[in-house]
Amino acid sequence: MKKLLVVLMILTVLMTGVFAQGSKDAAGGAFDPSTAKGDFDWKMYAGEEITVLFSDHTYADAVEAKLSEFTNKTGIKVSYSSMPESNYFEKLNVELSSGSGSIDVFMTGAYQSWEYATAGNLEPLERYYANPSLTSKDWNYGDFIPAVINALKWDLKPGHPVGKGSQWALPMGWEVNILTYNKNILAKKNLAPPKTAEDLLRVAKALKGFDGSASYGIAVRGTADWGTIHPAYMSLYTTWGAKDFEVVNGKLKSQVNSPEAVAMTEYWVDLVKNGGAPQWATYGWEMCGADLGAGKAAMMWDADRGGYTQNVKGASAQAGNLAFGMIPYPVSAGKTEADMKSNLWVWSMAMNSDSKKKAPAWLFMQYFTSPEFMLWSGTEGACTDTPRTSVLNSAEYRQSVADAEGYYEAFSTVSKNASIFFTAQPYFTETTTEWAKTLQELVTTNKYPSVQVAMDQLKVKMDSIVADLDVE
Amino acid sequence: MLLEVPFMTKDNLDIDIKRSDLNRVPLKTRVRPYLIIAPSLIITIGIMVPFVMAIWYSLTNYSFRLPTHKFIGLDNWVTMLMSREFWNALKVTLMYGLISTAIELLLGLCVAILLNSSNNRLSKVLRVLLVFPLMVAPVTATIVWQLMLNSSVGIVEKLFNIFRVYNFPWASSPRTALMTVVLIDVWINTSFIILLVLAGLQSLPKSPFESAKIDGGSAWFNFKNLTLPMLKPSLYIALLFRLMAAFQEYAVIFALTKGGPGDTLMSLSLTAYQKGFKFQKFGAAIPYILVLWLIINVAAKRIVKLQRSAQKQASGLGE
Repeated sequence: MKKLLVVLMILTVLMTGVFAQGSKDAAGGAFDPSTAKGDFDWKMYAGEEITVLFSDHTYADAVEAKLSEFTNKTGIKVSYSSMPESNYFEKLNVELSSGSGSIDVFMTGAYQSWEYATAGNLEPLERYYANPSLTSKDWNYGDFIPAVINALKWDLKPGHPVGKGSQWALPMGWEVNILTYNKNILAKKNLAPPKTAEDLLRVAKALKGFDGSASYGIAVRGTADWGTIHPAYMSLYTTWGAKDFEVVNGKLKSQVNSPEAVAMTEYWVDLVKNGGAPQWATYGWEMCGADLGAGKAAMMWDADRGGYTQNVKGASAQAGNLAFGMIPYPVSAGKTEADMKSNLWVWSMAMNSDSKKKAPAWLFMQYFTSPEFMLWSGTEGACTDTPRTSVLNSAEYRQSVADAEGYYEAFSTVSKNASIFFTAQPYFTETTTEWAKTLQELVTTNKYPSVQVAMDQLKVKMDSIVADLDVE
Repeated sequence: MLLEVPFMTKDNLDIDIKRSDLNRVPLKTRVRPYLIIAPSLIITIGIMVPFVMAIWYSLTNYSFRLPTHKFIGLDNWVTMLMSREFWNALKVTLMYGLISTAIELLLGLCVAILLNSSNNRLSKVLRVLLVFPLMVAPVTATIVWQLMLNSSVGIVEKLFNIFRVYNFPWASSPRTALMTVVLIDVWINTSFIILLVLAGLQSLPKSPFESAKIDGGSAWFNFKNLTLPMLKPSLYIALLFRLMAAFQEYAVIFALTKGGPGDTLMSLSLTAYQKGFKFQKFGAAIPYILVLWLIINVAAKRIVKLQRSAQKQASGLGE
């Protein structure tokens, strides 16, 4: 009998644990920005403390360098931490889903903001910057580059393009994906910098082993995650005329097996196999940049700042030897320079909807996206991908990037056609991870008889992932 | 497993106790057994609560993206069992666990025997040096190995070049990825086996070996008929620890390739991590972990049984 009592006691505690649901502290997370009245004053929340979590990046380094100035100006203390990007989003997922509001401001990307906003983790910001009691008149929302600020606006309807709806985050910096090449290596082999996709393939193949067995033509990402799809691959994919999803009868349907998508992917597999890194499948942006800087890769197609940072004096063995080009466009697909498209990546900062310090958090975000801070970060803080038009057009900025041959021209040209070319949907991470895995299998195995078969199977997987989304 | 609490009852005492007699026992005395087991009970509950919650969540559509979750029955389980992904993960887990453990046991046993056979300064220094890999975090070790194996800057690549082998794919090819993670796992964990087996060797009684020496037994005879049977309990312990850890391995694979290329190294734990933390679908991720728990549970029970039997044999108490 007593044994039975002990068993029942244990079961009761277990069942209580199973069915007890933590409740959100609704009172703590709720703040109505429209209730803020009076003149704006940087010191209006002096004495408060906020917690900030960023991913390791030069944008984060620039913020960290000016934290004490922010505290002096506002009286708000900042508990700041950062971690490597490879685990950052998983850590952030756990923090946000706990609903504890332990983090007030965090770094996010545009694509991840689709997932977080859908889950209700992000605080919409338009009521903050629209309230003159909460926002300095110098802050100037209209100064942000339209494509960049709009990339962080979405109406939460799968399939609807970005640019409409709530403002979920503010840009810290953005990246277009351009070609970086080593002038000396190409010159030694009498090769001109490639302008078309056909040129790129020919040059990459010609440069395989240009300086021993470990050297190769072009560095591009290859790990089994979304980072492999979004920079160079997606830029060329879109330039080729392919799309990731279409809306068909109110549902998202993957288009990765379209003729354009298959043709582009066949090209890409050829490029990687015959001109890419021997260990491509383990390469993230860090290894690509490292190989370019070490002179092991003759070219790199990745985020513009990946090549830019390798070219800064003293940064790498090949610093000073690198130059910048545009997006190689496929002539065989009938494309011209006018069709060059770069997919966009926007590192941004967002506010946790469960934060109990929303107003001070807004002051933090406002300060570190202000024209003043961004002029400093864009010129002296090594954050050359400024999201503010005033900074981009300033003499100081042009002077700071003048030494990087072709950089300003490439960046400002490609930027005109840069956008987020992914279809906004909350399963972005899952669909692009499957996409990257398929690419890896195409490059490293003979699993599929053809690229068409591989992309047909990928389409089925992607359709099943997004099957529960209804498009209005 | 619940604790068996030995209550005083009429069945196990040779005294005819009436209920009224029991009630005269002070409350403090009656409550004492419960207080004694309370700490272990709390720990047991602390372990069981997440486990039972996991089973519950595996029957729901629990996701970080959804504000609430609902009961969906066995949908997650059926989806898992019918997916190619699960069977691939199971295969990767079993292959990784069995191959790495087998190599570590064999290598560990050989090195421990060599270290035990001499007691000079070199063997003493080696005993210290061989423990070094255990002091390095698995992720750190993997990153170092990744650099060593890199075709651009890696020292191993340079060594291979001497033998005219260039651009060995290591972790970047499905044909060699498993071998690469097993190599790293063996480097990290063989020291553990060496330590356990060495301790076992040093605790063996000397008299059987002295008798065998007098009788002229060869080294192989001694090993096969004396050392190995007496060492089996230690070997089973080593097998138990390593196999359980190897089946659960996550850090080395994640740090090296995140499960790639493709699905080559997507073990059960890595698949569960990806589904749960990357894709935020916890309900769908938990069944993978529960299957892993089942495999480890069954394997551990079997090994413990074998270890007990070997213990009895080694101490001469029969089969």
